[in-house]
Amino acid sequence: MSQVVLGISAYYHDSAAALLVDGEILAAAQEERFTRRKHDPSFPANATKYVLDEAGITSLDDLLAVAFYDKPYLKFERLLETYHAFAPRGMTSFLSAMPVWIKEKLFTRRLLKEELGKIASGAPRLLFPEHHLSHAASAFYPSPFEEAAILTIDGVGEWATATVGHGRSNQIMTLRQLDFPHSVGLLYSAFTFYCGFKVNSGEYKLMGLAPYGNAHSDRTRTYVNKIRDELVDIRPDGSILLNMAYFNFATGLTMCHEARWQELFGCPKREPGGELTQVYMDLALAIQHVTEEIVLRLSRTARELTASQYLVLAGGVALNCVANGKILRSGLFKDIWIQPAAGDAGGALGAAYAAWYVGNGRERKVNAGQDSMHGAYVGPEFSAGDILRLTRKRRAPFQHYTGGDELYRDVAGLLANGCVVGWFQGRMEFGPRALGNRSILADPRNPDMQKKLNLKIKHREGFRPFAPAVLEEECSEYFELDRPSPYMLLVAPVHQRRRTPLPENTDQLGMWEKLYQQRSDIPAVTHVDFSARIQTVSKQPHDRLWELLRAFREKTGCGLLVNTSFNVRGEPIVCSPDDAYRCFMRTEMDYLAMDNYLFAKSEQPVWKEDDDWQIRLEPD
Amino acid sequence: MDFLNDLWGFMKVRKKYWLLPIILTLVLFGALIILSSGSALAPFIYTLF
Repeated sequence: MSQVVLGISAYYHDSAAALLVDGEILAAAQEERFTRRKHDPSFPANATKYVLDEAGITSLDDLLAVAFYDKPYLKFERLLETYHAFAPRGMTSFLSAMPVWIKEKLFTRRLLKEELGKIASGAPRLLFPEHHLSHAASAFYPSPFEEAAILTIDGVGEWATATVGHGRSNQIMTLRQLDFPHSVGLLYSAFTFYCGFKVNSGEYKLMGLAPYGNAHSDRTRTYVNKIRDELVDIRPDGSILLNMAYFNFATGLTMCHEARWQELFGCPKREPGGELTQVYMDLALAIQHVTEEIVLRLSRTARELTASQYLVLAGGVALNCVANGKILRSGLFKDIWIQPAAGDAGGALGAAYAAWYVGNGRERKVNAGQDSMHGAYVGPEFSAGDILRLTRKRRAPFQHYTGGDELYRDVAGLLANGCVVGWFQGRMEFGPRALGNRSILADPRNPDMQKKLNLKIKHREGFRPFAPAVLEEECSEYFELDRPSPYMLLVAPVHQRRRTPLPENTDQLGMWEKLYQQRSDIPAVTHVDFSARIQTVSKQPHDRLWELLRAFREKTGCGLLVNTSFNVRGEPIVCSPDDAYRCFMRTEMDYLAMDNYLFAKSEQPVWKEDDDWQIRLEPD
Repeated sequence: MDFLNDLWGFMKVRKKYWLLPIILTLVLFGALIILSSGSALAPFIYTLF
C-alpha cells in the first residue's frame, strides 16, 4: 500500500497543502487560489481537501503523517525573549501579539486536529519540522542533485533567518544559522516598506524598480555606503548584524523608525500609491546591490563549508531572481537549483519531505539532470465538462478545436496580430509564478505591449517588467544564459546582438522615458537594464506552451512570448475556468483559450459585475 | 493535555525553564479572558468588592 504524507503551511501568510505519495509529489496548492484572497493565511482547508481528493484519501488514518511547517513553541520562545530583551519597549506589539498566541497559536496541535477533523476522520501522527528545515527540504529533496550545499534565506522562521546546510542522499545537516533579529529578508522588507510597497508581497516590485536606479550616480553610491555603514554590518561569511536603532520590527508594528531613516537617506517614507521619484529608484537599487553582496557571501560560505559543486536555494529571498542570476554567473557552483515555491507556501512541501526523509529515514532516488517538481504543475486540473458547464452558466460563445495543432496555429496568429490571450491549460502551477498553464500571453516584439499589459490588462504599476517564455532550444539566441530556467527564477541579460544602442544621456532620463525607449527587438520583455527574468520551455513538461511557442515561431520567426500570471493586481492567480472567465471579461484581454476552447471577447455577452471587484481586491 | 505535553517536551529540549511561569501566567490570563468573555481583571474585582 502507498504511504502518504500531508504537508501544511498556515497561520502566517501563503498557506498551502502538499501531498507526497511514496516520496513523490502528487499534488500541492496554495489556499489563496481557492478562497480568492491573496496570501491567505488561514488553515488551507480547500487546498487540503483538493490534495487528499487527488490521492483518493477519505480517512486521515491512511496518512503516514501530517507535517506542519514550523515549531510554534520555538517561535513563541523567540517572541517572549525578544520582548524581554527590548522591554519596556514593545508593549503595544506585545499586547497585540499575545491574544492570538494564547487563544490559538500555542494550541496549534489541537487547532490542526480540529481543522483536519472537519475534512476527514482519523487521528494522524502530527510532526513539526523547523521552518528552515522545511525550506531546506523543499530545496534539496526535489532537486536533481544527489548532494548539494543548501542555502535558505527569508524574513524569519522560529529563530533562524538564514541557514547554510549540506544535503547528501536523504540527509540534511545544518552547518550555520543566522538568528533573529538579524535578517536579510527583513532588511529587504524594511526598504519595501519605506519605498511605499506592501511588506510580504511588494518585495518583487522593489526588485523590479531597482534597474531604474542610476548605478553611476553619487546618490546611489552614497546610499549603498550608508546602508553598509549605518544599517547593516556585513561579515566576510555573509552573516549580518542589523543596527536595531533603525529598525522597528522586533517590537513595533512597522518595519523601521521612519524619522531616523529620513535623517539617514534624506527622503521621507513614500506613501503607498505616491509618486515614484528617482530617489526611491536609487534606494531600491542600493538595497538590491547590498542584498546581492550578502547572498553572494553566503553562497561562498556554503561552497567553502560543503565543498559541493551544487547549490540549492529556498526561502522568500530565493525569489530574488536577480540575486540568483548573480550566484549563477559568479561561477562558485557548477549548477544551482531553486525551489519554485521558495516562499512559505513551499514550506508545506518541505515539511512533507522532511517527514518522509528525516522523520522516517526513507531512501532517496535522484533522476540525474531532472528535478521532481513536474514543472510545478501539481495543482488542480479541470475537464472539458467543467469548461462546458461554465459556457452554459455564462452563455459564453466559443470555438471548439478537435485537435491541438489548429488551436496552436490560430492562437499564434492572434498573438502575432497584437492580441493578448489568456492561456488556461492543464494543472495549475504551485508557487508564485505562472509557468504557462495559468498565463496571459502576448507578442514580445510589440513596443506598446508592456504598457498595454500593465495598464489595460493587469491594472498595475506601469514600471513593472514582464518575463519571457522562450523555447529552451533557442534561449541562447535571445539571452546570455547557457542553461534551462524552467521556473522563471533566473535573471540574465538580453543578448548583445538583440539590443538597440541607447542615447548617452540615458542615466539622466526619468522613469517613463527610460521605460518607453526601444531597448531591443523584444522590447516587451527587456527591462531597462537589458535584463530579463527567463522561463525556458521544453517539450516536457511544458507540452502545450511549447507547442504554441513552436507555432508562434513558425509564423513570426520569434521563439518567445510574454508570459505573465493570469490575474489582475491584488488578485490571486486564477484557479478554475470560472475564475479565468471572470478575469478575462474584467480586463481588455482579447481572447481566452481554455483547453481546446477559444473565447473571443468581441463575441461574449455584455459583462455585468456581481460586485465591485476592484475595491474588494486589496492593492498588493 | 496536548498543550501540557508539548510544553513539557519543549522545556526538556530547550531547557529555558525561566519561560515556564511566563507562559503559564499568560495562558491562565487567556483562559480567564475567555471564561469571563471580557476583562481578565473582572473575577478579581468581584471578589474584592
